[in-house]
Amino acid sequence: MREVVLPEVGRVAAWRKEARALASQGIRAEDVVWRVGAATGDLFAGAAPTPGPRREIRVSRKALSTIESALHHSDPERFARAYAAVLRLSDRQVTWGDRSDPMIRRILADAKAVGRDVHKMHAFVRFRELPSDGARRAFGAWFEPEHPIVEAATPFFAKRFGDMDWVIATPTLTARFTEAGLSFSPTPPDQRPPEDATEELWRTYYASIFNPARLMVGAMQSEMPKKYWKNLPEAALIPDLIRDAPRRAAEMQAAMPTEPPARRAMVARAMARREAVAPLPGSLDDLRAQAAGCTRCPLHGPATQVVFGEGPVDSDLMIVGEQPGDQEDLAGRPFVGPAGAVFDAEANAAGLDRSRVYVTNAVKHFKFTARGKRRIHQRPDAGEVEHCRWWLDLERQMVAPRLIVAMGATACASLTGSGAGLLKRRGGIEAAADGTPVLVTIHPSYILRVPDPTAQAEARAQLRSDLVAARDWLAAQARM
Amino acid sequence: MPGLSLSQKLAILSDAAKYDASCASSGGERRDSRDGKGLGSSGGSGICHAYAPDGRCISLLKILMTNFCIFDCAYCVNRVSSQVDRARFSVEEVVKLTIEFYRRNYIEGLFLSSGIIRSPDDTMADMVRIARTLREQENFRGYIHLKTIPDAAPELIEEAGKWADRLSINIEMPTETGLARLAPEKDAKGIRKAMGEVRLRREASREVTYRGKRKARFAPAGQSTQVIVGADGADDKAILSQSSNLYANYALSRVYYSAFSPIPDSSKALPLIRPPLLREHRLYQADWLLRFYGFDVSEVASKGMLDLDVDPKLAWALDHRGAFPVDVNRAAKEMLLRVPGFGTKTVGRLLAARRHRTLRYEDLKAMGAVMKHAAPFITAAGWSPRGLTDAEALRARFAPPPEQLSLF
Repeated sequence: MREVVLPEVGRVAAWRKEARALASQGIRAEDVVWRVGAATGDLFAGAAPTPGPRREIRVSRKALSTIESALHHSDPERFARAYAAVLRLSDRQVTWGDRSDPMIRRILADAKAVGRDVHKMHAFVRFRELPSDGARRAFGAWFEPEHPIVEAATPFFAKRFGDMDWVIATPTLTARFTEAGLSFSPTPPDQRPPEDATEELWRTYYASIFNPARLMVGAMQSEMPKKYWKNLPEAALIPDLIRDAPRRAAEMQAAMPTEPPARRAMVARAMARREAVAPLPGSLDDLRAQAAGCTRCPLHGPATQVVFGEGPVDSDLMIVGEQPGDQEDLAGRPFVGPAGAVFDAEANAAGLDRSRVYVTNAVKHFKFTARGKRRIHQRPDAGEVEHCRWWLDLERQMVAPRLIVAMGATACASLTGSGAGLLKRRGGIEAAADGTPVLVTIHPSYILRVPDPTAQAEARAQLRSDLVAARDWLAAQARM
Repeated sequence: MPGLSLSQKLAILSDAAKYDASCASSGGERRDSRDGKGLGSSGGSGICHAYAPDGRCISLLKILMTNFCIFDCAYCVNRVSSQVDRARFSVEEVVKLTIEFYRRNYIEGLFLSSGIIRSPDDTMADMVRIARTLREQENFRGYIHLKTIPDAAPELIEEAGKWADRLSINIEMPTETGLARLAPEKDAKGIRKAMGEVRLRREASREVTYRGKRKARFAPAGQSTQVIVGADGADDKAILSQSSNLYANYALSRVYYSAFSPIPDSSKALPLIRPPLLREHRLYQADWLLRFYGFDVSEVASKGMLDLDVDPKLAWALDHRGAFPVDVNRAAKEMLLRVPGFGTKTVGRLLAARRHRTLRYEDLKAMGAVMKHAAPFITAAGWSPRGLTDAEALRARFAPPPEQLSLF
């Protein structure tokens, strides 16, 4: 038998060092007795253990970190179990994470219990202010964890409370933090800090944030077990809050609704005065405001907003796309997403100034299906296009463009009555119902969906040449 | 408000804030104060520092800046027509409370909301000033959650996102008509537009330029919202459809469900009821199924209302027994996630373990499965449910026993 004594402070690092040394000497797990504190030097010591094969320990970082975390458990067998586990893992007798192995399962359970205890310490330590002689404020706390976790739990407080000095005393160890850093020492007797006036404010908050109409004592106690209550300043209020809750809830329900205070009428008058200025009736802005409340088809439900056309009301050229996409729906402006970027680039290359062009869509709401956190674009059906043509027609009457560019089958269908055979028709000039010339072309989002790079470049060139054609057509018209 | 002490104001303004269920302080940006020049840390999982006897966690100092309000929302304790006591914090008071509570490890940070005073812009500007003072003067590095006011100016939202970890705006009601009826001054489309704007700004803030520079931070812990359950007639399907739409549209981190609860000085428009706490719980369970288990709203809430007796996953399995039993050694991940009693962690462990051995019934318990729920729906080495899966009485094993109604 070999006795290994670990120090009170820095146990885990010491265990690691000892475990490495023992393994390299080939000492078997069952031949070691682990102890914390002072050496007793008795027991079965004396007979030197017979060494097994010498080895170097190789364990994954993840496994070691969990095993070391389990060493903060209060179980006296933990050091021996951890040493046995690293030997077995190193020899590949067992795989890490295999819960069917009792030893691994126990270590995982211990590590989980330690993790929970550490978490509760982070939550339930309550500092009280102490007199300070320096520039930094000083605080102290008394806490009773279930396991010896002070060294594992307190680095968190060092990260969080970097600009103050603090002491956390527990029945065994005390952690102390100053500008010089974090240090640990055995706790001297009677280390509870004195009362702090802010605790009264905290109790006020605790009592007020509680809703007596939804009393759930079990839910509270499963997360804040009674064993922690004695060091929580707010816990003294709990019995009274629970006792009075049913009465308070019943009183709220029984109380008759009161008449509104005089202030309400005053506020109502002030609110009425603040009504927004209505746009000029019959203007494009008026049309935009009307469209914003459109519920002609069911697409308005899931979408964020109507994306109305944008551009000068006296534009010669009107560009009509299919429908707003994800980005357009959020921003409320047409052609600002990926397809919009393609359109902007090609329009620029074709010598069109977007600020002089009226851009809009055949359908004003985004149609999509929700997949988890994403929205998948869906093509609007004929009925939706038909419903929305109401707005497109009004826009067209208002802007009265000399030429319309219809991008994609949906726009084409809305303007000319048919969206079929788009690739054969593109580049040609057709007529809308009222006779306005319509130049047919592909939609920029079609370009984004073409997988092959050369075909994509070709499609881009087609869109650009159609936009150039539109520009030239307008220029020729202007000369006539 | 002259005359009110800090303690009285705190009592009034935390009482006014308690109907907001949001308490998360997790995620977002990793910060700490190891340099000794500031106070606080955040990032990683949040911490609940206390629990009130209503079972809700207390993680943040949840207060209103003021409970004066010009709106008249029937469900709200702070509506203009209510006779509750009113108070208003100054910027310094909120900052002092936050810092002193934080230093004593009572809280993870501040959750600031407000009634609407004067105008949305004025209110938002005051809230932003509090957040800025905390960050710039006090070097506070803890968590800040700001409620954004619909219709506030974009510059104010931009600044709010710069100082706060999370922004939220409550959608309040499951349907637009419900909102129009109970909160006449609020506008559902306006709320959705504001959420869309926050999502766009968040995405823009995460873009990295060609030189590797990042834009100014904007609400790194995301945005959330809250729906009040049981104040209007909307069913669970309507509520969950709205949630799934909100998750997809605005990349929300969370939708909170808050059972409509009796409030002091209630409105005539809304009769007071016992808060439907179990319904709220089932909605959260269904919400998790939508987000992490691959379920669709039409599957979970096919009947309109969720089953109150058994949890939604079990209810689905009981209605679709043809899909079970599932062989844990062969079934695809998507199907394993649908087994009652299996959580995402259990499924992860199970998939990892079955790569190198055959799983037995006993292994599943060690992996964290709730075998009472799972057993009738799976097969494993050494286990077959035989007739149990299709047994008439299977539902009775899980549902609470029937109760005799009162005869008098």
